Amino acid sequence: MAVITYREALNQALAEEMERDPDVFLMGEEVGVYNGAYKVSKGLLEKFGEMRVVDTPITELGFAGLGVGAAMTGVRPVIEFMTWNFAILAFDQIFNSAAKMRSMSGGQFKMPITFRGPTGAALQLAAQHSQALESQVAHYPGVKVVVPGTPADAKGLLKAAIRDDDPVCVFEGEMLYNLKGEVPEDDDFIIPLGVADLKRQGSDVSIITHGKMIHVALQAAAQLEKNGIDAEVLDLRSLRPLDTDAILATVAKTNRVVLLEEGWAFGGITATIAALIQEEAFDHLDAPVLRVTQADVPMPYAKAMERAAKPSVEMVIQKVNQVLYR
Amino acid sequence: MADENTQDIAHAEDQAPEAAVQEAAPDREAMTAEKPALSDEERLQGLEPDKLRKMMYDMLLARRFEEKVAEAYALGKIGGFCHLYIGQEAVAVGAIHAQTPDDYVMTAYREHVHALQCGVTPGAVMAELYGRADGCSKGKGGSMHMFDAEKNYLGGHGIVGGQIPLALGVAWKIKYRQEERVIQVYCGEAAVNQGAFHESLNMAALWKVPMILIVENNRFGMGTAWERASSLYDIYQKATAYAMPSAVADGMDVLDMYRVTKEAVDRARAGGGPTLIEARTYRFVGHSMSDPVSGVYRTKEDVEKEKGNDPIRIFADLLARQNILSQEELEQMDEEVKRVSEESADFAEKSPEPAVDELYTEIYATEDVNGRLYFDGRR
Ligand SMILES: Cc1ncc(C[n+]2csc(CCOP(=O)(O)OP(=O)(O)O)c2C)c(N)n1
Repeated sequence: MAVITYREALNQALAEEMERDPDVFLMGEEVGVYNGAYKVSKGLLEKFGEMRVVDTPITELGFAGLGVGAAMTGVRPVIEFMTWNFAILAFDQIFNSAAKMRSMSGGQFKMPITFRGPTGAALQLAAQHSQALESQVAHYPGVKVVVPGTPADAKGLLKAAIRDDDPVCVFEGEMLYNLKGEVPEDDDFIIPLGVADLKRQGSDVSIITHGKMIHVALQAAAQLEKNGIDAEVLDLRSLRPLDTDAILATVAKTNRVVLLEEGWAFGGITATIAALIQEEAFDHLDAPVLRVTQADVPMPYAKAMERAAKPSVEMVIQKVNQVLYR
Repeated sequence: MADENTQDIAHAEDQAPEAAVQEAAPDREAMTAEKPALSDEERLQGLEPDKLRKMMYDMLLARRFEEKVAEAYALGKIGGFCHLYIGQEAVAVGAIHAQTPDDYVMTAYREHVHALQCGVTPGAVMAELYGRADGCSKGKGGSMHMFDAEKNYLGGHGIVGGQIPLALGVAWKIKYRQEERVIQVYCGEAAVNQGAFHESLNMAALWKVPMILIVENNRFGMGTAWERASSLYDIYQKATAYAMPSAVADGMDVLDMYRVTKEAVDRARAGGGPTLIEARTYRFVGHSMSDPVSGVYRTKEDVEKEKGNDPIRIFADLLARQNILSQEELEQMDEEVKRVSEESADFAEKSPEPAVDELYTEIYATEDVNGRLYFDGRR
């Protein structure tokens, strides 16, 4: 298998799906001439031309809505948001139109659209540019939400998203684009939506997380191992559909759970999973479910404050010790 | 984790193929050709020598300050995104000179000079860039989110177009309280395509509020040339859809900026409502510190040609011609602003890092009244 970056994996997924299906096109700010703000679409304009790799004005609501209308009538748009922070302007189109079109038309319309872009904090971009917004999007029934944490997952999930007949929102880690990993070259390499992945087997405690945070969890697990604690790391990969079987299975196995997400605690993904576990696996628990999230504040600019606001390896270790009553 | 990957927005790692570089936009001269050519005397009319020298000082300070910022950024002292204003100085300096400190200013993320021009001290601006406790947003805002309530500087906003409705609200308040103030709000030309711009223009004109919207048309929204983003080239014409007065100003000419803005300010104060001003300007630098000056979306030659229209040079020549400021005095002034910029960096350097405990301050006006405000388990 080739070792490529997360960015290249996404690029391959786009190129392969555009090659395979002439109805697939990419649209967004700076995706063409500039090769993408994060260079995910590098080379695609040259390859597919300007009807299929379309630079838009800065009009998030407008071009997201355009995508929804196009998808209603049969084509398969991939809408790139420069970051999900700016997609907030398009939330009306995603939530009120894309998510509900099939249902409110009594099943008459398909919505084969993919919305994608980076999520989460980078370094010192402050309050308006450092938000992990997947919990908000996953709130709405009708959309699907995936959050790949590795290059292989990025490719497999994006390809699945593009082939899916429902609106799929792909949250890419803003800090993951240069991450390298093995990625299958097969044109039909698909990771089905809704299937979690055990990124590390363990028996003492389950750390359940998604996206960029799987790397924080894996680092924490590696350090815990040195103290004789064997942590399992479950990567959800997909938030909607959510692989509840995998969640319940790991809880039944380890009986102790720490939930980790980059976003805020209130109404977060971890809040939903904690509720699920207590509703459906309470008898398996040997300790209360604990969570690690970003500080419940808008992200500050200053370096040390920003570091303190983000979830860290140390926080995960501390919560693991707590659920193990250490 | 790929920590080195953060400055990716607008980093252009490779040169785009030649074909990707757009045809040069229509000349600035051609765009402003409809305006009558004024003599030096007409252009200086009503402006005292002291005020003219202050304008020169402010433009020079803006330039030298930002050169210092670029240096500090390169040394890793400033983090995050950092958008410089070099080339556009005449816009904010000319326009803000046309109002008083009692009036308001609001802008986007390319804001260091607007902050300085409103009287935020260079030290407080630099300390904010350094993320220090003495910064004008106490280190929480950084380059894109500077604020100074006392100076009526209502900040830097990071979402393209997002500040325009906010400014409309300020203008509304002015009218509501029957004050004699105005607000200037700035946005880039790319923001004009957002719905927020159009909704705000309609309400501003409908309710005749004292808002002066200055569109800084530097011809590029990141890497997208304006002619690739808008169906209509002339931004000032967009105001006609809302029956709002509008004007074009030469954004490389501080006196033209002053004159056009003054007219709008006077009209707004007299109850005449809002004005849209299109300031035609150019940025001599990349979109942000991680974007090259030229290459992917404009050629080196384009930038060099535009640099021939340096607003500081244009103004300095006029002041010298009119015996208002000699070359020697200009050089003295330049030494002075370099010193001020240096000192601002020293001030920032010495300012303490904000305490990490400050993470939870300034989020709510009151602390946990009837229950918990924070839900991350840390408090
Ligand atoms: C809603 C939104 N979309 C995209 C961005 C990313 N972005 C930041 S600046 C910029 C270009 C804006 O250009 P313009 O408004 O002309 O201002 P200039 O940078 O030229 O001063 C873009 C696309 C953003 N900050 N907000």
